[in-house]
Amino acid sequence: MNQLDTLEAKSVHILREAYRSLGNVCMLWSIGKDSTVLLHLARKAFFGHVPIPLVHIDTAYKMPEMIEYRDRLALEWHLNLVVGQNRKALEEKATFPDGNCDRIQCCRNLKTMALKHTLDGEWPRLRMDHTLGRLVEDQDLSPYTGVIVGVRADEEGSRSKERYFSPRDVENDWNVDDQPPELWRYFKTDFEPGTHVRVHPLLDWTELNVWEYIERESIPVTSLYFDDGTGTRCRSLGCYPCTTPVQSTATNVAEIIEELRTGKFSNIAERSGRAQDKDDGGGLESLRRGGYM
Amino acid sequence: MSLPTRDMGDATKAPSCPAPAAGAEISPFDLERMDIVAVGHVDHGKSTVIGRLMADTGSLPDGKLEQVKNMCKVNARPFEYAFLLDALKNEQAQGITIDTARCFFNTPQRHYIIHDAPGHVEFLKNMITGASRAQAALLVIDAKEGVRENSKRHGYILSMLGIRQISVLVNKMDLLDWDQVKFEAIVTEYADFLGRLGVHPTSFIPISARDGDNIVSRAAAAPWYDGPTVLEQVEDFKQLDDDLDRPFRMPLQDVYKFTEALDDRRIFVGTIETGRIRPGDEVVFLPSRKHSTVKTIEALSGPRPDEAYSGQATGLTLETQVYAKPGELLVRADEPEPLIATRIRANIFWMNTAPLVRGRRYVLRLGAARVPVELESVLSVLDEQELESVTGAGQVERHMVAEVIFRAVRPVAFDQADTLEPTSRFVIVHGFDTAGCGIALEGLPDAAETGDGGRVFGRGEISDEQRAARYGHAGKAVVFVAEDGEAAHAVAARVEHAVFERGVHSYCLSASDLGDDKDVLGREAHLGRIGEIAWAMTDAGVVLIAALGDVDRFDLDRLRTLAAPHQVFVIGMDAGGELGADLELPPAATAEDAAEEALRALAAAGVLPAAV
Repeated sequence: MNQLDTLEAKSVHILREAYRSLGNVCMLWSIGKDSTVLLHLARKAFFGHVPIPLVHIDTAYKMPEMIEYRDRLALEWHLNLVVGQNRKALEEKATFPDGNCDRIQCCRNLKTMALKHTLDGEWPRLRMDHTLGRLVEDQDLSPYTGVIVGVRADEEGSRSKERYFSPRDVENDWNVDDQPPELWRYFKTDFEPGTHVRVHPLLDWTELNVWEYIERESIPVTSLYFDDGTGTRCRSLGCYPCTTPVQSTATNVAEIIEELRTGKFSNIAERSGRAQDKDDGGGLESLRRGGYM
Repeated sequence: MSLPTRDMGDATKAPSCPAPAAGAEISPFDLERMDIVAVGHVDHGKSTVIGRLMADTGSLPDGKLEQVKNMCKVNARPFEYAFLLDALKNEQAQGITIDTARCFFNTPQRHYIIHDAPGHVEFLKNMITGASRAQAALLVIDAKEGVRENSKRHGYILSMLGIRQISVLVNKMDLLDWDQVKFEAIVTEYADFLGRLGVHPTSFIPISARDGDNIVSRAAAAPWYDGPTVLEQVEDFKQLDDDLDRPFRMPLQDVYKFTEALDDRRIFVGTIETGRIRPGDEVVFLPSRKHSTVKTIEALSGPRPDEAYSGQATGLTLETQVYAKPGELLVRADEPEPLIATRIRANIFWMNTAPLVRGRRYVLRLGAARVPVELESVLSVLDEQELESVTGAGQVERHMVAEVIFRAVRPVAFDQADTLEPTSRFVIVHGFDTAGCGIALEGLPDAAETGDGGRVFGRGEISDEQRAARYGHAGKAVVFVAEDGEAAHAVAARVEHAVFERGVHSYCLSASDLGDDKDVLGREAHLGRIGEIAWAMTDAGVVLIAALGDVDRFDLDRLRTLAAPHQVFVIGMDAGGELGADLELPPAATAEDAAEEALRALAAAGVLPAAV
């Protein structure tokens, strides 16, 4: 097997294990390339079905193309799409673009808090109604005890130490210094009640692997990743006030792969265009300990 | 920035990726991925080796090297390559590796993940986590300090984890002035130690990680050394794919049926540990011994593959309707069978702070199976210093290696480590924790079970015969079993009523669901309670009419053992004969009809009195 086959098999195994052994599990879908690869792997694991709800946290500052792409794919692939948002923070304008807090606090409000309360079912959430073809208020607010996330070990330091199955305690804390052992294909799937589990099927993938796989499997990604003629494109998708496009003329997946493999980005970190990383000392560690994905 | 939406194509039309033809030029798509673990005692220079390897192969992000060098200058510390690795892992504060971290590096030939495993004994479970992911290992030893206890322990753990390619890096050779004699003394001592474990290192390399000698470029100071550099050795590690030509083994991870999505395929999924399978192959689920033939190998899209093989996460459909449960081991009928046993002799490494003791229930995870086990005995524990086995220990403490016998409550299918290693590997769960890991060495014959299930109750002086004479019948249990426990109960309740009217001292008890099969200990305890009740009631001369849902032949065997010496008569309601039932009830339109039929059959078999 070549490395994409190996990576695919391992990720599929992990997805199946999460589906089997964790109770109410969902999958985060940021609309970015990594979580879309994860979605494709789920369709492989479950033979065209996606029996796991996909949770998207809408900060209201996502680029419109992302939302349009999200809803189109959700309808096409019959996805159980669940959308959460920090409605209160947006009403009170407690955001960085409104000038009322710094970037880190804005991430905490619009992403971390929204995610926490969408997962625990304490805040209202929307669900895709496939008959109506649009999002409606979700009647089922049962909490998710497990969440599958598309983080990769090569993204930054703290992620390189993650387990495939990683427990977070009631306070959402990640005790990075005392993680459970993980042997062969035996992941930790027994948890004390109240434990929140994060599952990371893409840990061993690199940014290049992700693009190679998108190319090989013809996975649709949003056009934001490609140069639209202005000589810039997004390398990593976030909220538009904090995402700087990179200088690049790559107009398709093959050209992105070329850039990563030998060209201008072969030695530059992917998240270098994400402003909150720099504000967090470059490590994301404080955001991640608090529940940032 | 405004970006138009593009046509995104149709993912369902994705082509499958064919394997490259032999001898064809390798495109970057076809490059392999190899996982390598780096282990070594604290301060023996493991992080320096990796930092150096990454720097000298140009695998670092731009500016990282300069940044760390500047940081050292500002803090007036001499630059070390280990700092580079720490910077990549955000670990400067601690200064020692606590948890395994992945470092990515590429050569034109292959992509690598190096798992930097901590050396400190406190973090052994993290070292094992990293090592179990690897196909090859770099084991770093400080030339000045020589072979330490931890180096021995690391060697032992690598061998137990099944890592067959180990390169020993003898670091800090500059401190010994590249003395060939001293290098060879270390080689001899460690090779002798590893040899006794059956481990034969691929190479011993004298290096100075700090100076980069024999990492990527050769050490000028050691012209006597003509072996590979570390990079050459890494590139020479082989991707071991002999698993392909071994017997087919697939732990059954799950069974999918997405009926609500109008998909009526019943798909048996799992990751193939070894061997290969094709449509038409006859297969057996173990330990239940259910047989079938492979109909298809399923895929997301495109033509169905005509073969699935080791390493793949696959899904099969079968020619016949088979109710196999997740946890079984799927094998091919035409290949050597694995072992099936309840008593397993094994080598284990214990990681939990609470020792492994007798008289406590643990969960054995082997393949996809989860089975309650107890420690039967400790045969020996290993003395790490001298590698000698010490007998007489009653329990296994944290960080100890031991040979033990486990006794499972039901049979487990597995292979012996020396025949088929992947399906010999297991972990032991204590509470919510992965507490130990190991490899199965042998299946042992069942120990003789005691007739009263080990109970120590005092009884009165009335004999079973006296009770039977008084009541007009012996105490016994009649158990109705169906996948749908409610259906079984409906029949059992009617049978109880009918025989009660005939003067039988009857009592109906149902457990339509023994509980979540992920909670194997809870399920096991529930079954144990039912067995206790069955014994007490039948011993009191009562005819217990029970109904159980979702049990298999091993559960029923256990029930028989627990209720002994009293009769347990099992009636299967889902035709199939897989339960080893005493009687199979033909399908009936209603519960009344089924009960009538059951009463007739039970009377004919002399189990219950006939209607007057």
